[in-house]
Amino acid sequence: MTATPVATTPELKAPAPSASAIAKKRLSSPWASLVAIVVAVLWTLPTFGLLLSSFRPEMDIKRTGWWTFFSDPQVTLDNYRAVFDEETGVNLADFFVNSLTICIPAVLIPIALAALGAYAFAWINFRGKNILFLAIFALQIVPLQVTLIPLLTIFVKIDISGTFWPLWLAHSTFALPLAIYLLHNFMKEIPAGLIEAARIDGAGHVSIFFRVMLPLLIPALAAFGIFQFLWVWNDLLVALVFAGGGDEVAPITLQLANITGTRGTAWHLLASGTFVSIIVPVTVFLLLQRYFVRGLLAGSVKG
Amino acid sequence: MFETASTTPEKLLQMLSALLLFAAVMGVILFIASRVRGKRSDNWVGYLYLLPVVVLLAVGLVYPGLRTVYESFFDAHGEEFIGVDNYKTILTDNDQLVVLGNTIIWVVLVPPLATAIGLVYAILVDKSRFESFAKALIFLPMAISMVAASVIWKFVYEYRVNQPNVNQIGLLNQIIVWLGGEPVQLLITDTGRLNTLLLIVVFIWIQAGFAMTILSAAIKAIPDEIVEAARLDGVSPWSMFFKITLPSVRTTVVVVLTTLAIGTLKVFDVVRTMTGGNFKTSVIANEFYSQLIRADNQGLAAALAVVLFILVLPIVFYNIRHVRREA
Repeated sequence: MTATPVATTPELKAPAPSASAIAKKRLSSPWASLVAIVVAVLWTLPTFGLLLSSFRPEMDIKRTGWWTFFSDPQVTLDNYRAVFDEETGVNLADFFVNSLTICIPAVLIPIALAALGAYAFAWINFRGKNILFLAIFALQIVPLQVTLIPLLTIFVKIDISGTFWPLWLAHSTFALPLAIYLLHNFMKEIPAGLIEAARIDGAGHVSIFFRVMLPLLIPALAAFGIFQFLWVWNDLLVALVFAGGGDEVAPITLQLANITGTRGTAWHLLASGTFVSIIVPVTVFLLLQRYFVRGLLAGSVKG
Repeated sequence: MFETASTTPEKLLQMLSALLLFAAVMGVILFIASRVRGKRSDNWVGYLYLLPVVVLLAVGLVYPGLRTVYESFFDAHGEEFIGVDNYKTILTDNDQLVVLGNTIIWVVLVPPLATAIGLVYAILVDKSRFESFAKALIFLPMAISMVAASVIWKFVYEYRVNQPNVNQIGLLNQIIVWLGGEPVQLLITDTGRLNTLLLIVVFIWIQAGFAMTILSAAIKAIPDEIVEAARLDGVSPWSMFFKITLPSVRTTVVVVLTTLAIGTLKVFDVVRTMTGGNFKTSVIANEFYSQLIRADNQGLAAALAVVLFILVLPIVFYNIRHVRREA
């Protein structure tokens, strides 16, 4: 609905101490550090435990806690082999491909559509512009759940259920209101002189969009693209409703949820499977942290 | 092109053809737009650019939304008009009241706790040597899927029977045992809403990073002069926090609280993955799914979706108004 009004500029290395820095210093640093360390440990320990578990032999995982690793270190890659193995029936590789197949169009399509739409709202004068913009802005508040039942009916009726199409179409549609709003705000910031100069040179809206606007838009497109990619990659609800029927189109989150439900005792598969599923988002996060945070700040209220 | 693809090459081929089809549609739109001439050309180009967006939103969002409201007045299979019976069920049925009650517990607890943790942590690590690393640790749960987060925490909450030769494999129960207690079936025990509270812990674990990131940015935006002046006046650390830091980031705190509240109302993945909504842990968004798919009660599912929408609305309006006023 609303982008958070936050300066998302990367942290400046300002030498002046901030209010909190002073407050912290006065709070007798040892205590402050202790609290920070306790929180950091609490936040890291569960993930660390699972990561360690994923490398322990199946029998060890099922009989002892991960902390016994330190008294009896046993390491194996079997769990990772098992989730890709045909025999265990997990076949994560297939679901990995599904996730990618879902994500790529579900990111590219809404971005392209939203960029074009945002350009129209920002730089073309047409009748009904303000009303239409307000309407699209308002659509951001609609929770996904409200749309799912009728969409399911539509997809069955036009006979594309069980394919990737419902997921592509649904994710693309749900992304549009926020994407248009964000890209519009970004485009409005671009100096009007640039566009007018191009117009005087005889350029139409098509060539202005491609030659003037698109190159300037790349950071905004990247931020939103990464956010949308992770949103789709991590999604469970849309996948359950539109791809719950068969393994052919189900993404990796769905398979992971299935193992949890039907094979809740297969701890060795759960541990390694979870890490396979988070490789992509964690890599994206580590490599593109700045863009990712910016996209997240802007899109945190989606869906 | 519209069939089910079952092998990897088929899938990739379908993806490629979908993208090509999309590119072709865009190409046609841009081609026509480049040919439009005349006095009213701006009007037409504007409509053309927005045509695909409007079509998708009308068919994919507006119509389904209205249709869901309509269907919420019908029975399980959308055949018979039953008035407000579905809404009555949500407000009177014992199981549904548990769902509603749980949702309220979630919304009351998650936003303030996640915000408080995020704010305190942001202040503590601010300007420290390990700031970005420390922040990444807290933020990482936000990047992974809630399904993965749930599996991670299932390992913490796992329970094994209390027998001499059986070890606990869940960290929390092991700690209970180390402290001399009896292991507890953590996710099954609903006494004092224990299991719901433990699910809430997972969600706070996921969301605190979001609160921290936004609040950290707000803290860094506090003007140095104010801080410096307060420091010269020799204010205590506590009044620095309550009189300078907190008032300066108040708006951001409200935005974070409302944003988290909206997200919490829609919480689904965590509940569905960890308990499936069993043992009295269901919440509205999970109940929506259960009624739709498992109980095959389309009418009730539709009504639950509408209730979710109604609950989200006031928070959204508050959020927008607050942001607008400041902006």
